Amino acid sequence: MTAGNGQSRESAEPAIDPEFTALPLRDLADAALTQARALGAQHADFRAERLRGQRIGLSDGALQTLFDADDTGLAVRVIMDGTWGFASVVDLTTDAAAQAARQAVEVAKVAAAMNTEPIELAPEPGYGDVTWVSAYQTDPFTVSVADKVALLTEWSVALLRHDAVSHVDASLQQVRECKFYADGATAATQQRVRLSPVLTAVAVADDGRFDTMRTLAPPAARGYEYLTGTGWDFEAELAELPDLLAAKLIAPTVQAGHYDLVIDPSNLWLTIHESIGHATELDRALGYEAAYAGTSFATPDKLGRLKYGSGVMHVTGDRTAEHGLASIGYDDEGVASQSWDLISAGVLTGYQLDRRMAQRCGFGRSNGCAFSDGPNHIPLQRMANVSLQPAPAGGPSTDDLISGVEDGIYILGDKSWSIDMQRYNFQFTGQRFFKIQSGKLAGQLRDVAYQATTTDFWGSMEAVGGPQTYLLGGAFNCGKGQPGQIAPVSHGCPAALLRGIRILNTVEEAQ
Amino acid sequence: MNAVSGCSPQEAVERALAASRSDDCVVIAEETSGANLRWAGNTLTTNGVSSSRQLTVIAIDRRAEGASAGIVSRAGVRPEQIEEVVREAEHAAGEAAPAEDAEPLPGAGTDGSFGIKNGEGHWGSPPGRTEIGVLRDFAAALGETLREAAAADRKLYGFAEHNLVSTFLGSSGGLRLRHDQPAGRVELNAKSGDMTRSAWTGAATRDFTDVDIAGLDAGLSERLDWAKRSISLPPGRYETLLPPTAVSDLMIYLYWSAGARDAADGRTVFSKPGGGTRVGEQLTTQPVTLSSDPLAAGLRCAPFVIAHASGPDSSVFDNGLPLRSTAWIADGALAALHSSRHSANLAGLPVTPAIDNLVLAVRTPGAAPTSGAGVPTMEEMIASTGRALLLTCLWYIREVDPQVLLLTGLTRDGVYLVEDGEVVGAVNNFRFNESPVGMLGRLLEVGVTVPTLPREWGDYFNRAAMPAVRVEGFNMSSVSQAS
Repeated sequence: MTAGNGQSRESAEPAIDPEFTALPLRDLADAALTQARALGAQHADFRAERLRGQRIGLSDGALQTLFDADDTGLAVRVIMDGTWGFASVVDLTTDAAAQAARQAVEVAKVAAAMNTEPIELAPEPGYGDVTWVSAYQTDPFTVSVADKVALLTEWSVALLRHDAVSHVDASLQQVRECKFYADGATAATQQRVRLSPVLTAVAVADDGRFDTMRTLAPPAARGYEYLTGTGWDFEAELAELPDLLAAKLIAPTVQAGHYDLVIDPSNLWLTIHESIGHATELDRALGYEAAYAGTSFATPDKLGRLKYGSGVMHVTGDRTAEHGLASIGYDDEGVASQSWDLISAGVLTGYQLDRRMAQRCGFGRSNGCAFSDGPNHIPLQRMANVSLQPAPAGGPSTDDLISGVEDGIYILGDKSWSIDMQRYNFQFTGQRFFKIQSGKLAGQLRDVAYQATTTDFWGSMEAVGGPQTYLLGGAFNCGKGQPGQIAPVSHGCPAALLRGIRILNTVEEAQ
Repeated sequence: MNAVSGCSPQEAVERALAASRSDDCVVIAEETSGANLRWAGNTLTTNGVSSSRQLTVIAIDRRAEGASAGIVSRAGVRPEQIEEVVREAEHAAGEAAPAEDAEPLPGAGTDGSFGIKNGEGHWGSPPGRTEIGVLRDFAAALGETLREAAAADRKLYGFAEHNLVSTFLGSSGGLRLRHDQPAGRVELNAKSGDMTRSAWTGAATRDFTDVDIAGLDAGLSERLDWAKRSISLPPGRYETLLPPTAVSDLMIYLYWSAGARDAADGRTVFSKPGGGTRVGEQLTTQPVTLSSDPLAAGLRCAPFVIAHASGPDSSVFDNGLPLRSTAWIADGALAALHSSRHSANLAGLPVTPAIDNLVLAVRTPGAAPTSGAGVPTMEEMIASTGRALLLTCLWYIREVDPQVLLLTGLTRDGVYLVEDGEVVGAVNNFRFNESPVGMLGRLLEVGVTVPTLPREWGDYFNRAAMPAVRVEGFNMSSVSQAS
């Protein structure tokens, strides 16, 4: 076996779940691939997966939700006479693996009636028998439920002590994902760990007004150490949350109009996700998602020409960032993970690819974006970590960006989001809005939403912060495809200054 | 690992209950199967079949300080692993703090609703199963439709799937309940060859025998013809005709937001300022009823609570509780909020658990709400229109402000201008900002209720029957360039 793909590791190197590696993974793959080839498949690949998940939820410090899931299964994908066929089963036996291969071939035969485009895959080297493990210190599944609940209870109770806080919701999602992929040339055994802790404080005024404020801590591909001081300072954030919420509840409502915005990475990551991440997925640009998630204005004929944003805009795609939720060693088609440019100096220069689309559009090689959220789904082209790069070292701090605004708003934290099916028109809200007057923060505002068209928005980006403002945000549950699949993905970005963005007053919008 | 695995889900339930050492235990065994086809640009893109088997064990440890629940759900459990899952759940219960929603389990003496009694009926029959053959005839017909569309310079995109879930629920209190839920849908999107015009339709189906793909395509072809004349309109508030699918997406969000717990906590649109809920308050002068019924014709769903985890308004302690027809809005007034026994008690409301279908209908004097007598069809509503927008569907709906349940989203795949009773052309798309609660107060007309497929929420909720509605001043906040 060889080690992974350059992934750095912290302290004691985590081991892959021994219950997963004890499964006869290679025997299962051999049974499936042998059967598929015997039936005439031109291509066959195999996955076996084990997904451990745990959800904990507290309401006002009392345990409300505790749910442990342990999903396993195997999947076989074939190309039969130029048509895909896919089947998955839950039993991890060689008989079941061979049966899945037969079912996949049968599916391909039924589906051939509606296929007019023979499937071809971009070539990818074989890597032999390889392993990869994400970077973490403490597997959250080795920590007792009692300890986790005690920590969330302690945090909830501390928030509830504040007069302004009427209710507290606390939740912790944890996932350990084990995958085994084989296609005859590559056999990759991989493990990723991730978690998402969220605390939301609620304030209810006597007159019926209410508001909420959520922690800004992003979900991360880290272990339980994330909750105990590594990668985020929860104690510090929770200490300031009640006062911030109290001030928000009595803050003046925003006056609708156009403002200069300084957007914190805790908010900007989601705008990147929706207006860049999805727009640069080649399957969307080619129309594969036209009936569902939608297409993209950034069509392949515009590659190298589309002015996506201002000259300070440099966006990359990667599946390699440490603690990135989309990071992995090899994708679900056996492609080694990479990093590449999507937007360079404000111009569209790349896409996210899988092997079929890379071949179809002449890219030569996939950049490794095939992913399935479990053994029961066929891999789709899913989002890499798509990140806006900061200014070079010595670049502006957030305070520097704010100092350059005469009349504007500083926005932190994500909340509501919506974008149209070609990724033009979007609207976002946030967790915290601070008025900027003459280069300084001047208290909070309420009822703020920003609305723009993608290229106008990014074209108005005057400056990006330096590396010290950079944060890796992200989501556990990016949705795409039919049947629907979810994917975890991270987006790094610095703080950014944007000029003249339309701000709505959400109360007025409702009248 | 090569041993033949598996036992029947009924046997899995019995074995798990027999292995249980906790004070109470609930076991849910589910057999799931599915088949799907997806196409784009007149050709196949993806497909697949899948099957799974899930065992969920809820162990309840009743201690002096309160009852705790440990829940473990595992796929692909082999018979010899059942006891292991039970022990894991018991271990989790032992570690867990007391559950706030602890209640006695519904017992074997509990009436199963609507004639389903414990252990009777089809409990013992094998679980249902679907496979790719369900789609065989459909795939052949679709292939022909794709070829015809290509010949007519149209591009078709879409998705068809059929799923079947057989659920077996047993408890240490003696409950034995079973429900088979078939769910199918087809979605079809047609675009002109130059991709400038787009139209969508969809249908929910239980078995695909009632799907006429050529007929669906013909309807879309007519709508693409409507769009040959394009009209630019600015943002603003427009009288708008919302078709049943758009109404369903807005009403489903309203329904999801109508939980008793959060309303009682003062944090939803259904909270009463100063405390309590708005149950009993008139939301609209139109005599509309928003309701759920496990036995609704064509929309049948589980007639008892199936809860894998507890939440604000669901409780694992309620598993097996019978569900009955419930009006959430009756004659325009808020009538109920969905709840667990625990959250209903907190809110001071009757126990009305959530049900997995939704019907909006208008009552006319002397007629049942769903009869349709004296209620206009969509076509009649268009014919009686002076000037209004006619939508196809809504998309990317997200909550902006829970205080008033302000939602934002987009129009999609066809916005048309109706003048003097005729569709005169296609209008640009818009971003809307609207509250479904506020919208109820501005209903000008409510049409006949028909089965519909929610465009936005159909992945999670596809059993709905809705009318078309005419709304005064629907807020189109800005223009979307998407087409």
